[in-house]
Amino acid sequence: MALIEFTDRGLCCKAGGFYIDPWKGVDKAVITHAHSDHARWGSKYYLCHDQCKALLQMRLGQNNYHTVQWEEKISMNGVEVSLHPAGHMIGSSQIRIEFKGEVWVVSGDYKIEDDGLSGKFEPVRCDTFITESTFGLPIYNWKPQHEIFQNIKDWVCRNRELGKTSVFIAYSLGKAQRLLQCLPELNLPIYVHGAIWNAHQALTTSGIQLPDVRRIDYDTPKAAYINNIIIAPPGAEGSSWMKRFFPYAVGICSGWMQVRGTVRRRNADAGFALSDHADWKGLLQAVKETGARRVFVTHGYQAIFSRYLRETGIEAAEVKTEYGNEEEENSAPISQEQESDNAK
Amino acid sequence: MRLFADLVTQLGTSTKTNEKLGALSEYFSTANDKDKVWVIAIFSGRRPKRAVNSTQLWTWCNELAKLPDWLFEECYHAVGDLGETIALLLPEASNTDASNPLHYYLETLISIEKQDESVRKEFILRSWQTMTQAERFVFNKLITGNFRIGVSQSTMVNALARTSKLDASVIAHRISGNWDPVATAFSDLLSEHAVTTDDSKPYPFYLAYAIEDEVSTLGEPHEWQAEWKWDGIRGQIIKRNHQLFVWSRGEELMTEKFPEFHVLKNHLPNGVVLDGEIIPYRSTSGSPSGGRVEGPPLPFALLQTRIGRKNVTKKQLTEAPITFFAYDLLEYDGHDIRETLLVERRTLLENLVDKINHPALLLSPVISFSTWPELATTRQQSRNLGSEGIMLKRKDSIYQVGRKRGDWWKWKIDPLVIDAVMIYAQKGHGRRSNLYTDYTFAVKDGDKLVGFTKAYSGLTDKEFSQVDNFVKRNSLEKFGPVRTVKPELVFEIAFEGIAASNRHKSGVALRFPRINRWRKDKTVDEINTLDDLKKMLELYGK
Repeated sequence: MALIEFTDRGLCCKAGGFYIDPWKGVDKAVITHAHSDHARWGSKYYLCHDQCKALLQMRLGQNNYHTVQWEEKISMNGVEVSLHPAGHMIGSSQIRIEFKGEVWVVSGDYKIEDDGLSGKFEPVRCDTFITESTFGLPIYNWKPQHEIFQNIKDWVCRNRELGKTSVFIAYSLGKAQRLLQCLPELNLPIYVHGAIWNAHQALTTSGIQLPDVRRIDYDTPKAAYINNIIIAPPGAEGSSWMKRFFPYAVGICSGWMQVRGTVRRRNADAGFALSDHADWKGLLQAVKETGARRVFVTHGYQAIFSRYLRETGIEAAEVKTEYGNEEEENSAPISQEQESDNAK
Repeated sequence: MRLFADLVTQLGTSTKTNEKLGALSEYFSTANDKDKVWVIAIFSGRRPKRAVNSTQLWTWCNELAKLPDWLFEECYHAVGDLGETIALLLPEASNTDASNPLHYYLETLISIEKQDESVRKEFILRSWQTMTQAERFVFNKLITGNFRIGVSQSTMVNALARTSKLDASVIAHRISGNWDPVATAFSDLLSEHAVTTDDSKPYPFYLAYAIEDEVSTLGEPHEWQAEWKWDGIRGQIIKRNHQLFVWSRGEELMTEKFPEFHVLKNHLPNGVVLDGEIIPYRSTSGSPSGGRVEGPPLPFALLQTRIGRKNVTKKQLTEAPITFFAYDLLEYDGHDIRETLLVERRTLLENLVDKINHPALLLSPVISFSTWPELATTRQQSRNLGSEGIMLKRKDSIYQVGRKRGDWWKWKIDPLVIDAVMIYAQKGHGRRSNLYTDYTFAVKDGDKLVGFTKAYSGLTDKEFSQVDNFVKRNSLEKFGPVRTVKPELVFEIAFEGIAASNRHKSGVALRFPRINRWRKDKTVDEINTLDDLKKMLELYGK
C-alpha cells in the first residue's frame, strides 16, 4: 500500500489517519497553506504552520487548529509528520511524511526564490515527491524579484507623470503582501480593497510585520486616490467599483502575465510576471534536489511536466486533484489563469 | 530596435486609440528617418519577403534551448504565437547593449535572402544574442510575417499627420501604392513628388459603415443612389502611362493574379482609376453585353481558390473566371476627380464602360426606386441575385478617405442562421492565447453529428471564458492541439452564404461563419440537421 493514496477526498495517508489538503471534510487534515483550494472547511482537526493559523481562522472560522513550527516533528498514528517552508506565501509549507523508513513529500504550492516574506523554500530529500505544476512549461521563466519590483516602481512613476492612479491587481492572500515589500519605497499612500485589508489585519494581529495601508471605504474622498497606489483583488477588475479611481492604469501581477496575449485579454495596461509559483526551471530544480526516484505531478501542466520528467529518466505520473480550481463551486466562470492563480 | 520594441509593447498593451496615437507620434518624432520609413511600411502591410521560414526559426531556437520538439509544440499552443514562443524560450542574451536600429535588421534580412542557409542562420543567431526579450519578439514577428499588433493603418496615418503637419487624407494617399522602403527616404515618401511620379499609386478606399437606424431616417429617397452590395474583392483598376495596375483593398498589387484584366490595358484610356469589386462571374451569353451585368455572380468560394496562389493555372481561369463590377471613377483623363459629386462621376463611369464594351469590365447596376418601402422589397431579392444587400450612396457625395459615416451606408440583408453543437475546440491566438476560443460545430445527420464549420468570433470575453471552462472539464480526447468536446453547448451560427464543397465532409462551405448567440435554451436534440443545410444550399448556393 502506498504511503499516500489519491482518493476522492484528497491525498490520504491511511497509515497516519490523515489527509493533506482534502477537498471534502475529514477527521484530520494537514494543511499546506491557506488558499481556498488547499484549505477547505468541514474537517474536524487542522494541522498547519504557526503563521498559517490566523489566515485559516479568517477564512474558515473557529476550528480545532493545531500548529507547529517548521522542522518540528510530530507523530500521527506512528507516522512522522513535519512541515518545511514552501516559499509560496506566509505560512505555506511542504509536508514531509516518514513511515517505516520511507519518505514522501507533498509540495503544496511553492516557489524557489526567497521573496523575503514566505520563508525560503527548503529542498527536502525524499523517495516520492508530489509536486504542483502550475507553470510547468519552459516559457515560464521568471525574472528575479528585484527586477520586477523595479519595473513596478518605474511604472508607478510613469503613471504619475501622466496624472494616473496606479491600480494593482493582486490576490489578496500572498501577492498583495508581496507588493507591499516594494511599494512603500515610493513613499506614497497605499489604498487597499476590503479583502486585502482583512488579510492584512489578520496577519498583523497575529504578529507579522507589514507596512501600513489604508482601507478603501465609501467615504474616502476620491481626491485621496489621485496619483497614488491602489491594490485590489482580481474580482475588482473591470467592475464599477474601479470607477472611483479614474483616471487610472491597471497593472496585473501574476505569472500568467508572462504571455502577451493574457495581458491583452485582461485589458491590462501592464502585466508583471510576479508569481508565487515555481517557474519551469524552479520545478526541475526542486525535483532534482529532493532526490526523489518517483514523482507525482498535480495541478497545472501535469501531463507535460510528468512526460518531460519521464524522458529525463525520472519515474513520474500525473494525478488529478481539485487544486488550482478555487472558484469551481461558484457559477462565475473563470479562465485558466484565474483558476490557478487565485489559488495562491 | 529597442525603441521600436518599446513602441510595440506600448501599442500592444494600450487599449485606447488615443494612447496608441500618442505612442506612435512620440515614435515618429524621435526615431531616425530610415526606421520611420520601415515602420510606415510595416504598419501598412509592406514587409520584406521571408528570408527565413518559421520552421527554420523553430529549429534554430530549439538547438539553443535544447528542448524536445513535442515540448516546443506544447509551448507554442500555450502562447499562440511562434515569434513570442521563441522569444520566451531562447536562453538569455549575452550582451543586449549592442543591438542595432530597426532598418539594419530589415535591410540585412533582405540582403541575405538569396544566400546560403548557413549565412542566414548565422545572422539570426547573432541577432538574437544581442537582443532583449521584447526585441527578440518583434524581430521574430518581422521575420514570420503577420505582424498584427492592434494598430490600424489609419491610426498610423493620424500619428504621421500629427507629426508632419500634413492632412491625414493626403498622407494616406502618399504612402499608398508601390514603394520600396529600402530606396525611399522619409522626406520623399511624404512629399508631393511621390504621388506624381508613381503611376501605380492607388487612392485610399472610401468605406461605408453598416446602417443602424431605419433607412427612412436618411431623408428623401431621390437624394440617394442604391446599388447591390457585391461579395468579392474590393479593388481599383488603374491605367496610367500605358500600364495597368490592379490593387486590392488590402493595398496589395494583384495585377498578375488577374490576367483577365490585362486586356483592359488596350481599351482603357490613360489616366483612369476605377473603383469596384473583383467578382467571380461567368457571362451567360458569351457575347459583349455593353458592360451590363446579366446574371448573378458565382460563389465567392470559387475566387478563394485563386487568390493565395502564386500562379493562376489555366484550369482555375476556366473554373473560376472573374470580372470587374465597377461602381466609381476616381481619376479621369489624368485628373483626380474624387471631389466631383457622385452623380457626375457615375455619368462619366457609365459612358466609359459603355464605350469599352468588354466582358472584363461591367457596370455595377444602380437600383431604381422611389420610396424606401419599395427599396426594402427589392432588397429581399439580394440573396437570389448573389448580393449581400444594398449600398446607399448620397448622390451629391464626394469620394472620401477611409471609413466615414454620413454619405455612404451598407444595408446588408440578415445573415442565414443555423443551430449547431460544438464538437471540437482549439486554443486561440493573440489575446485569446491559452484559451479555448476556436470551435468546430456540427449539425445532426440521423444519430450522427457532422461537423460543418468552424467559427472564431461572436462571443463576449465572458462567454469565451465560460466555454473555455466547459471545454477544460468536458474534453473527451486530445488530438494535438484539438480537443474533442462532449456535444452539449448549442450555438446559433450566422453566415452570409453557402456553397457546395467537396473539401468538407458535410459537403458545404459557409461564407463568413460566426457565432450569433449562445443558445443556452436549446439542447443538442434541438439543433438543425444536415438536411436543413442541404436545403439552404439548394436555395442559396447555386
